[in-house]
Amino acid sequence: MNAPNTSGWRPAMGEAGSGESALITASGDRGLALEEKLIFELGRPGTCGVDMAEPVGDVLPGLSRFLRKAPAPLPGLSEPETVRHYTRLSRQNYAIDLGPFPLGSCTMKHNPRLNEKVARLSGFADLHPLQPGQTVSGALEVISELADWLITLTGMHSVAMTPKAGAHGELCGLLCIKAAIEARGEDRGVILVPESAHGTNPATAAFAGFSVENIPATADGRVDLGALTARLGPDVAGVMITNPNTCGLFERDMKAISDAVHAVGGYVYCDGANFNAIVGKVRPGDLGIDAMHINLHKTFSTPHGGGGPGSGPVVLSAALSPFGPLPYAARAADGSVHLVEEEDAAAMGHSQSFGRMAAFHGQFGMFTRALTYILSHGADGLARVAEDAVLNANYVLRSLEDVLSAPFGKAGPCMHEALFSDDGLPDDFTTLDIAKGLIDEGFHPMTVYFPLVVHGAMLIEPTETESKDGLDRFITSMRSLAARARNADPSLKSAPHLAPRRRLDETQAARKPVLTWREGS
Amino acid sequence: MTRYFTEDHEWIEVEGDAGTVGITDYAQSQLGDITYVDLPEAGAAVKKGDAPCVVDSVKAASDVYSPVSGTVSESNAALADAPELVNTDAETGGWLFRLTLSDAGELASLMDADGYAEFVKGL
Amino acid sequence: MRYLPLTPAERADMLGVIGVDSVDALFEDVPAAARLDGPIAGLPMHASEMAVERHMSSLAAKNLSAGAAPFFLGAGAYRHHIPASVDHLIQRGEFLTAYTPYQPEIAQGTLQVLFEFQTQVARLLGTDIANASMYDGSTGCWEAIAMAGRITRRCRAVVSGGLHPHYTAVAHTMAKFTGDVIATRLPQLSATPDDAEVIAAIDGETSCVVVQYPDVLGRIPDLAAIAEAAHAAGALLIAVVTEPVALGLIEAPGHLGADIVVGEGQSLGVGLQFGGPYLGLFGCNEKFVRQMPGRLCGQTVDAEGRRGFVLTLSTREQHIRREKATSNICTNSGLCALAFSIHMTLLGGEGLAKLARINHDVARRTADALAAIPGVTVLGDAYVNEFTVVLPRDARTVVRELADRGILGGVSLGRLYPHAEALSHGLLVCASETTTDEDIAALAAALSEVLEGQVLEGVPA
Repeated sequence: MNAPNTSGWRPAMGEAGSGESALITASGDRGLALEEKLIFELGRPGTCGVDMAEPVGDVLPGLSRFLRKAPAPLPGLSEPETVRHYTRLSRQNYAIDLGPFPLGSCTMKHNPRLNEKVARLSGFADLHPLQPGQTVSGALEVISELADWLITLTGMHSVAMTPKAGAHGELCGLLCIKAAIEARGEDRGVILVPESAHGTNPATAAFAGFSVENIPATADGRVDLGALTARLGPDVAGVMITNPNTCGLFERDMKAISDAVHAVGGYVYCDGANFNAIVGKVRPGDLGIDAMHINLHKTFSTPHGGGGPGSGPVVLSAALSPFGPLPYAARAADGSVHLVEEEDAAAMGHSQSFGRMAAFHGQFGMFTRALTYILSHGADGLARVAEDAVLNANYVLRSLEDVLSAPFGKAGPCMHEALFSDDGLPDDFTTLDIAKGLIDEGFHPMTVYFPLVVHGAMLIEPTETESKDGLDRFITSMRSLAARARNADPSLKSAPHLAPRRRLDETQAARKPVLTWREGS
Repeated sequence: MTRYFTEDHEWIEVEGDAGTVGITDYAQSQLGDITYVDLPEAGAAVKKGDAPCVVDSVKAASDVYSPVSGTVSESNAALADAPELVNTDAETGGWLFRLTLSDAGELASLMDADGYAEFVKGL
Repeated sequence: MRYLPLTPAERADMLGVIGVDSVDALFEDVPAAARLDGPIAGLPMHASEMAVERHMSSLAAKNLSAGAAPFFLGAGAYRHHIPASVDHLIQRGEFLTAYTPYQPEIAQGTLQVLFEFQTQVARLLGTDIANASMYDGSTGCWEAIAMAGRITRRCRAVVSGGLHPHYTAVAHTMAKFTGDVIATRLPQLSATPDDAEVIAAIDGETSCVVVQYPDVLGRIPDLAAIAEAAHAAGALLIAVVTEPVALGLIEAPGHLGADIVVGEGQSLGVGLQFGGPYLGLFGCNEKFVRQMPGRLCGQTVDAEGRRGFVLTLSTREQHIRREKATSNICTNSGLCALAFSIHMTLLGGEGLAKLARINHDVARRTADALAAIPGVTVLGDAYVNEFTVVLPRDARTVVRELADRGILGGVSLGRLYPHAEALSHGLLVCASETTTDEDIAALAAALSEVLEGQVLEGVPA
């Protein structure tokens, strides 16, 4: 040895886990683990973090009988206190920026910061939706350019840009189907939905006034084509199918399904939540799809923001295009783009539109981000996105299938997500324990208990932006957790131990809901 | 007084044309902590197999099917503040609603306690 | 490709672990006929940050941004000053790149924000409770109508002509498919809102009465009187607020008898962004909580007894109740709710009251300047920061001619009601703390100039 420890210093670590949880601090904070009160406990009436001029003049006499008796009882904070409050709170969140976030069916990929920068250009961020057309031509070009990309990537006929999120897009697609059926003078009330579907599918169908019937799955995790065709008839308005499906598998019979549905006069809705697996590789239009929403916050990487905002444009087939919602951006022969609103819908040949779904013209702030993302990748990069997403998922599948049960692992490769079940875990150990154990390991858990067709489902979607190193660390942790479960390690039952909070009492929250802060609570 | 059971894990206790309906102890053990019970209003007409009542746990909402047809006469007001009674006293104080039977003949298709115990054993 | 970390060597290693020769083998389930052979023809290839930014900046530069011109638009989207700290904080990666807080142990930041947001919204609207936000005001408004239908088991909504026409259109769209009846009318260019007509339209089949406050023309309906009439008929009152800053000055709808209060929250913390994303505010009486749509955050304790927050009452929602859910909504508008909440925290209740007063002052000065122009009439004597003026000719062309002069002068009622001739001379004008005296003078001068010809025509020699 050429560098002896002459000082005799040795790192003194103590025993792992010994006593540190018993140490009580006067502040309640623990080093960088910071607790934070509610603003109602921190703020003071009359404190304001915004400087404003004093009001001058009087209130209109006519307004006097409507005036508030007292300001809303909301405490304020100064700017430094505000910044600190939210910064401290932010540190209690896990996020993509901190590590792998393999939440199946949610596509938690890296959010490029160029997208954020572009969305904040004043020429985009500071535009009123009702400004006269001559002052917003660049914004309309953004909508039109993104629309062109979405149409081309999906091989469809048109796109409705206004839906606010995926479920809103589903509603848009089903309303198009309903309007198309009504235009034919028919009455069809049934939508068929596979039992593996995301919960929004049946909820949307019901919200749009359809009744919902389930279609069973085959043993290999796909729609049972025989059962589906047997159910088709003149009362069926259409089917809602997710492809790739929620088991992470491509529906091989998609074209046959579409043909069968079309043959009886129905329409095919595709839930595009999993488009990330096939973008640039497969065009849904080639599979006979009539409508599909695209979650810009999944495939096209607009940030999830702790639960929204999303954006769910819907691509439509030629059959459904005439019924799409208002307004929409139309490109004229000279290349200029203008917004078709209620006024000129008829003149533009869109008098069969089912109407308006939301105020204004959709999630424009998400359009700028998504277009930036798409232009950055280009046609070649987008195909690579799908390839790497599928490669990463299969790598995880094959690296864990010897320690966790993979119900469809034998059937061939998966698409962009790998599905495991709790089959084979000791009786007392559940999918929830594995998920909570992952939290202690420093990862966000996978999607758990979905899809419902697999018991104790664990759905892992690494996405293409996860490095091999990140995947290997995740795999190591998963293998360790599977081993701890097999060895009936009791500490796993009470995980997480190392997060800002231990398991939370959801029963109490639901039995006696406390939804707002009250003095003394 | 006679108690009958269904394959959907409801029980009904009948005296004359009056029935009291609840879910079985086995059912509550499968549901986990009950957080809320959506009860039918008195006067509601129900048919055998209708779901006039929903029992919520944290992650599930389960329909309760009426074992027989009739008219709801009362629902268990105590559950509004203490839904946990369905966990602790599923087959006594955790009853859900009472109804006036319109067709006692429907009882013939239900199980008795022994039959239900056998049924559960087979699950 | 800068966003894809795998190297060619790593890809090869991983294919080896999987046991296939090529990535294409992983797509074997896709029928060959549907598989694309290489990049889709005619589309551009990947591009550098610099190139993409240049292209997007060139598109942005074609627009006239609100901050670059005297600006007077409102009608459901409002321009207020957003403190710099708001945008900084919402860009923290822990907020920006987090998911819906389904794992509460590592999402207490988002959850506590939602709990604080719900409390702020409830107190602002004057309701018992509020949810964690909807997509926007217009979709929230329909959700409220649907909720009132569930509560009252009736399906006829009486909708005031003062409701923003886009909101009314959304309700019409949905009602067509659900079988609900939307009883509504066009607004009139009168000094007062249509309270009397709304009250007269209430009947025993009415599930709810929907009233915007202030209404789309800037007038203030008498919510207490409408609430009384609605309740007498067993109907609910839904109040709709598109400009929450107004609630700094006028009474909260929940205090005036509204059972459900919905609103557009964009005006606090969220920029105009050409119409979205915004956030829907949704508050109601506590007894209706089980019928509410959308996510709810609730307080509870963890295994060590520490206070914590979780998403709760989720059995109402689509992921559990599926076709029996109260709504199909899944995503909320989390990041916009965060921005709203931060701005609200910076203001506090008293700061909001002051902001509303300043807005009112500026609006009064604007109205006075416009009223001095021959042929221009200001409608009504009670508004907060937005009012309607009646012009001597079609306001649509006036707005375009003002834009030619670099002035964003308001929203013409013709834009909002394209087929209503009687409204075509109406111009909605909105002012805020961002409006300067120079802006007001510029608008008045340009409007005088644009109208000059018409005014002379009408004046006898």
